[in-house]
Amino acid sequence: MATFDTKNITKIHQALHSHLPSDSALRVKALESLLVEKGLVNSETIDAWVEAYSEEIGPKRGAKIIAKAWLDPSYKQRLLEDATAAITEFDYHGHATAHLKAVENTSSVHNLVVCTLCSCYPFSILGVAPNWYKTAAYRSRAVREPRSVLLEFGVTLDDKVKVQVWDSTAELRYLVIPQRPQDTEGWNEEQLAALVTRNSMIGTDRDLNSNRGEA
Amino acid sequence: MSKPEENRPLPFVTEDGDTVFGEAWQAQVLAMAENLISSSKITASDWSNILGAELRKADAAGAPDNSETYYLSALSALESLLLSNDHLTSDEIRARKEIWERAYLSTPHGQPVELKN
Repeated sequence: MATFDTKNITKIHQALHSHLPSDSALRVKALESLLVEKGLVNSETIDAWVEAYSEEIGPKRGAKIIAKAWLDPSYKQRLLEDATAAITEFDYHGHATAHLKAVENTSSVHNLVVCTLCSCYPFSILGVAPNWYKTAAYRSRAVREPRSVLLEFGVTLDDKVKVQVWDSTAELRYLVIPQRPQDTEGWNEEQLAALVTRNSMIGTDRDLNSNRGEA
Repeated sequence: MSKPEENRPLPFVTEDGDTVFGEAWQAQVLAMAENLISSSKITASDWSNILGAELRKADAAGAPDNSETYYLSALSALESLLLSNDHLTSDEIRARKEIWERAYLSTPHGQPVELKN
């Protein structure tokens, strides 16, 4: 005789559901499989992108650009004049960065980058944007109260230092060239690149001398 | 209008996790969007505008100001953009999601989940 064990059925039901991906993951699976079927995306390309941006492409690329700019004044000039073209020397171009503008920190100017609309960011040289960059708090406050935001990142600015805030768009993104740390004469590109933090290229870090102390 | 304190990531560095993506689907959403832009199936400015609109909607609805909300907004933005460009229909998406759900439920644990043609 068949028995109807509600407890057991509930247990089986729960076990089955525990193997189910989240609702969001199922929505993504639905989208991807439909797009692949329609020839709009290719699953190998999607997997390659995920792998590259999870592991390989990150701020080390940007740091190399900055180190080269510190060492080679003519490269820095090219970077400031046309960053989109200058980064092709590293083969780091791509639509993910769109048009790129480099802005230089000096003793009297500090640059801060934000995307007030969404999360536009120079992916191909800095990797995926950090989580805080995508928050509503950062997107609104970076423009409204940049000095307070900088303070939360541990950046204290002298009143004489002017803060320039750059609002990224889908068409134009920014790279901050931080100031070269003191006492680094004679250092090579690799040594200098190791001092460059991701946040310093967004503008939420400024004094790279202090990073060296912690390293 | 200020947001409830628990929804604010202060200091910002607390949102700065080590892992690039919290979950695989989050990476796949960005990958699909970027690949559709690369192949000119959608434009970067349309993507940016619709993502911005979804983020504003989430903020207005009081969603927590964190990466989960960001990626959920990105997923909704991608769905909306594909619907508005007539690349997909909402019925197609709904039906395909149900097929995936059934495939997961009917596949023994540990076996690869595949859609039957």
